[in-house]
Amino acid sequence: MATLAASAITQPMAPRAHPLRRLLARRAAAFGLVVIALFITIAIAAPLIASQDPLAASWSAIRKAPSAAHWFGTDEIGRDVFSRVVYGARASLLAGVVSVLISLSIGVPTGLVAGYAGGKTDLLISRLTDALLACPFLILAIALAAFLGPSLTNAMIAIGISATPVFIRLTRGQTLSVKAEDYILAARAVGNPGWRIAVRHVLPNVAPALIVQATLAIAAAIIAEASLSFLGLGQQPPAPSWGSMLNTAKNYVDNAPWMAIWPGLSIFLLVLSFNLVGDGLRDALDPKQTGTRR
Amino acid sequence: MFAFLVRRVAIVVPTLVFVSMLIFSLQQLLPGDPAVVLAGEDRDPNVVAYLHRKLHLDDPLPVRYLYWVTGVLQGDLGESLRIQRPVLDLILEKLPVTLELAGIAIVIALCIGIPAGVVSAYKRDSAWDYAANVVALWGLSTPNFWLGILLILLFSVTLGWLPASGYVSPLEDLKANLAAMIMPAFVLGNAIAAVLMRHTRSAMLQVLSSDYVRTARAKGLAERRVVLKHALRNALIPIITLGALELGTLLSGAVLTEQVFTIPGFGKLIVDAVFNRDYAVVQGVVLFTATAYIALNLLADIAYVLVDPRIRVS
Repeated sequence: MATLAASAITQPMAPRAHPLRRLLARRAAAFGLVVIALFITIAIAAPLIASQDPLAASWSAIRKAPSAAHWFGTDEIGRDVFSRVVYGARASLLAGVVSVLISLSIGVPTGLVAGYAGGKTDLLISRLTDALLACPFLILAIALAAFLGPSLTNAMIAIGISATPVFIRLTRGQTLSVKAEDYILAARAVGNPGWRIAVRHVLPNVAPALIVQATLAIAAAIIAEASLSFLGLGQQPPAPSWGSMLNTAKNYVDNAPWMAIWPGLSIFLLVLSFNLVGDGLRDALDPKQTGTRR
Repeated sequence: MFAFLVRRVAIVVPTLVFVSMLIFSLQQLLPGDPAVVLAGEDRDPNVVAYLHRKLHLDDPLPVRYLYWVTGVLQGDLGESLRIQRPVLDLILEKLPVTLELAGIAIVIALCIGIPAGVVSAYKRDSAWDYAANVVALWGLSTPNFWLGILLILLFSVTLGWLPASGYVSPLEDLKANLAAMIMPAFVLGNAIAAVLMRHTRSAMLQVLSSDYVRTARAKGLAERRVVLKHALRNALIPIITLGALELGTLLSGAVLTEQVFTIPGFGKLIVDAVFNRDYAVVQGVVLFTATAYIALNLLADIAYVLVDPRIRVS
């Protein structure tokens, strides 16, 4: 990571370069993209990559240290930690993406309506958003997951709903600023209906900020899913999840530390990568940053 | 100032009303008859009937909400079905432990985040800047329960310096209390330090390029004085608001940290309540947290106006 940071040297960059090129020019973001691609490949090809069945217990191989047979060691009932980490990528990535899709599908239309309609509609939506934001993200997610019942699906719904107010507020704010532009006035002057202006003219201009926020929100959602699974409210045993693996590992930290190291490292790497890509996207999509790269 | 206060409080009241509605509606998420679910596995018909009466479940939803919110306004957050004690009593009993943990965590976060942010901004694009950014990224990307496990592995299992879990009251034994709290507080402070560092850096970069800093330098003031007295003092103002906003992170983090280090605080209360299906406690904790968050934000806004004369004048 130090190399990555040290490589983040300010260098001139073509001001009109495509955002994707500007993103890839940032080495930290490019590193993040590679790691995310790697994890996606691992999640998709899990049956091919995992050396053993992630659910198969072996009473003769309980808490075995890493070896040629078990690269990451085994857990408290002899399951292969490497295979469980590989399959665990599915739960984390799925939770990260689906939760954010839930947030986007509720937050963006609501924020658009609030920002575009204004008046009492805006006031009502803004106060509702304030109320949701007043409940700390994870505490709200825990409460929702508790009432909905523990499962990965419910955890994704809980995380998605808890993260929604951020998207409402962001979309509303961006819509308010785009609404004041001349081209919106022109679109209105030629008789476009309100919904069409919001969808065809406002939304595309709000999208860059939403893409950045969504990327960072995936990182937060992955940690939230791991947290809920750690507390027993996410993926249910015996299905593998990095959070639930850490929950078990904390009881064996003195005699089987490998049980804690690999799932934690996987969460860290994936979250770090989404954060790096999010930061890179923010710089790449910001017109003020076009002259430099980090 | 008075007009500002009135305006600010006018926003808080509807927010609180919506928060109460939101938290009340959580109970509607329970599948089937809430009384049957709340009665636990035994589903004793007498308990179910008692809960129906107590929670006014036969009344229409708005009437039930009014009953509930009237109770809340009188300090009645309901009763724990498991422990048979008022929820407010349970919260007030556990709160000091979490407040102590949060207090130490904030001190650690301030001690790491602000100096790192100042150095990072002052030595922009240097090795110090990159190192501080790496630390911030580490803080933002590390799940705190994993960091907790790693610290236990290092300081408790390997070195044997600190206890792996448990809590001792500071009134009983201050040294043992600090030994038990330092690891969880560091875990909790780590993520906040990262956020503080990033904000301090960006605020310092803005302030360091302002005219009055140039003037202070032109007057021949020592660089240390320019940075620490002139620049940092102004850069710190937005951090007041940030500190209040981080309360959410702190409480969310406390839930996990207390679980890892088995600390009997506010966070452990909500997790235990979830597993005991003690929904009144879950609702009470969320309501208490949200109200505290809103109150702290209000205080931060007022403090912001008080410390920054420019806002007061405008």
